[in-house]
Amino acid sequence: MSTFLAFLYAAVLSGVPLLYGTLGEIITEKAGHLNLGVEGMMYMGAAFAFMGGYISGSPVVALLFAIGAGVLGALIYAFLTITLKANQNVSGLALTTFGTGVANFLGTSLQKSSVSVVVVPASVVNVFKPLDMGFLSDLPVVGQLIFSHSLFTYLAVALAIGMHLYLNKTHCGLNLRAIGENPGAADAAGVNVTLYKYVHLLVGGAICGLGGAYISLVTCAGNWQQDCVSGQGWIAVALVIFVSWKPAKALWGAFFFGALRILKLYVPASVISLPSAFYLMLPFAVTCVVLVLSSIRMRRENQAPAACGVNYFREER
Amino acid sequence: MPKLSFAGLHVAQRAPMAAWKAALLRVAAVLLALVVGGLILLCLGYNPLLVYQTMLNGALAKKTARASVVRNAVPLAIVALGVTLAFKMKFWNIGAEGQICIGAIAASFFAYSFDWPSWLLLTVMAVAGFIAGGLWGLIPAIFKTKFGTNETLFTLMMNYIAAYFIQYLREGPWRDPAKNGFPEMPRFAAAARLPSVLGVHAGWIFALAIALFVLIYLRYTKHGYELTVVGDNITTARYAGMPVNRIILRTMFISAGVCGLSGMIQASGANKMLTDSVAGGDGFTAIIVAWLARLSPVGILIVAVMFGVLKKGCASVETVYKISSEFFGILQGIILFFVLGVEFFITYRVQRKKEVK
Repeated sequence: MSTFLAFLYAAVLSGVPLLYGTLGEIITEKAGHLNLGVEGMMYMGAAFAFMGGYISGSPVVALLFAIGAGVLGALIYAFLTITLKANQNVSGLALTTFGTGVANFLGTSLQKSSVSVVVVPASVVNVFKPLDMGFLSDLPVVGQLIFSHSLFTYLAVALAIGMHLYLNKTHCGLNLRAIGENPGAADAAGVNVTLYKYVHLLVGGAICGLGGAYISLVTCAGNWQQDCVSGQGWIAVALVIFVSWKPAKALWGAFFFGALRILKLYVPASVISLPSAFYLMLPFAVTCVVLVLSSIRMRRENQAPAACGVNYFREER
Repeated sequence: MPKLSFAGLHVAQRAPMAAWKAALLRVAAVLLALVVGGLILLCLGYNPLLVYQTMLNGALAKKTARASVVRNAVPLAIVALGVTLAFKMKFWNIGAEGQICIGAIAASFFAYSFDWPSWLLLTVMAVAGFIAGGLWGLIPAIFKTKFGTNETLFTLMMNYIAAYFIQYLREGPWRDPAKNGFPEMPRFAAAARLPSVLGVHAGWIFALAIALFVLIYLRYTKHGYELTVVGDNITTARYAGMPVNRIILRTMFISAGVCGLSGMIQASGANKMLTDSVAGGDGFTAIIVAWLARLSPVGILIVAVMFGVLKKGCASVETVYKISSEFFGILQGIILFFVLGVEFFITYRVQRKKEVK
């Protein structure tokens, strides 16, 4: 039982960055833009959180750096695809290449900049350690599962719920969904399409940046690891399809994939003995299956925003 | 002509720009990207002119350096030519990385298993690499044609599966028993190594031949015409009675097959063994190369050599200035950003409102 609890707990830990990436991409795709740069923005978030935390020793600065890096990445993508109408697929790939390069460059340069080990000070890392909520954390089962997580986890869950409410219950959310479905109609109804797109793409970038910060500050505990994001951003892009563009569903989707990523550590070799490479493959293989299944079960309410991936030319309405 | 305006500016589609003017703008964009890269270097406290000079010197001054430029350019060119076929069809094959791995695995299977004469072994390895890569690429294409499954993400996920499969082989069945400690695969026997021609492994001959093939295939064959029509307008293609699904499957098989062949060349020519890093990011860089060359086979050869210079240059800069060679990734990204951006100014004309009549 306790092993199973530990497994669920670890699944949440490894699902949190996926949740950030997925939420960031959902809000981006709702604005009609398929941003394949999630991996890049998470990389930038990870590296800048590492740098901000290392230089300042302040958790707030670390987070602001991560958000700023994510926003910067998203801004490049947004300017190219919204204003300059560049191809979304290639712009996103370019952002991933750029972000990966920036992050690994920054990380290795910082490491080489000092003879001693470069690590984010404990004053930053400890803030994001699992919280102790007194008697709540001591409760059986739920104490561990619900009341002893990192601030990052609670923030991600709050973001998912907030985004769900925003998209479905607010006027702005309705406008945004209209833009994703039919920007021409939204434009005719007086919605400032360009402004909406910019704002939501940048917010999406900020959320992805936070996911990156989680990777460098929590997963890697404040150390810089080369190639630390290693495909999590891409899984997040696929997760958006898996959860059919719904932030509330993203919650369990992300934790399910989080579980897949750590399965290896919890399956006793006496039960199933697989080479470790196959466990590493698992989340990606399951994503393929999910992609196929979700394309077979085409239900109208589970589709991508109709205009996602297509740039909006006002003159071509 | 259609017009739109924002921020006091009018944007109007312009008549097609003369080819040389457009080319000049694109070259200017690349130069501008290098300037931005230089500004970053300046911010880091380096003299960008010296760094760029070191880059060029490091890549071109010595014969051995020029050879490694060619070695860098070969996989980029071949893979870019491969993905071009799919891209012309607007099929977003970003699974080149995985197709390289699978091609290399298939080729290595023969290299590790058989003791044939070199000409036979190498031929079989090349064919195996092509077919294995092609079949690997056929999987997402089948699902695309049957169910409309998103090929961008599918091909991408398969990259990781292929890469981890190499890790499995390295740690398990193909582990070299002679090496203790870190698991590694054995080196190829001499018969399974691509011979060297003019100082570089024969992969560069493949690159030139494939460029010629892709050029002819796209421009002068019925297959090439069909895939271009499917890319331009799939409805037109259906209306014209073209077997769209068969065209997609066929093109994707060849596209991925070329990438698989590149995997064979990397394993047999460059590394002389199978390694985890047989693709090493080339699958992604090649997409950038293909896009910068605007999917033109001759352009791909030129851009691939340019990227070969950049990659080698960044490596030499690392040894001289201690600037991490990851700078190559940053530079790639910036160049692509600028080239993507400049297309806007080639397609549209931006004027101040007053000037619009």
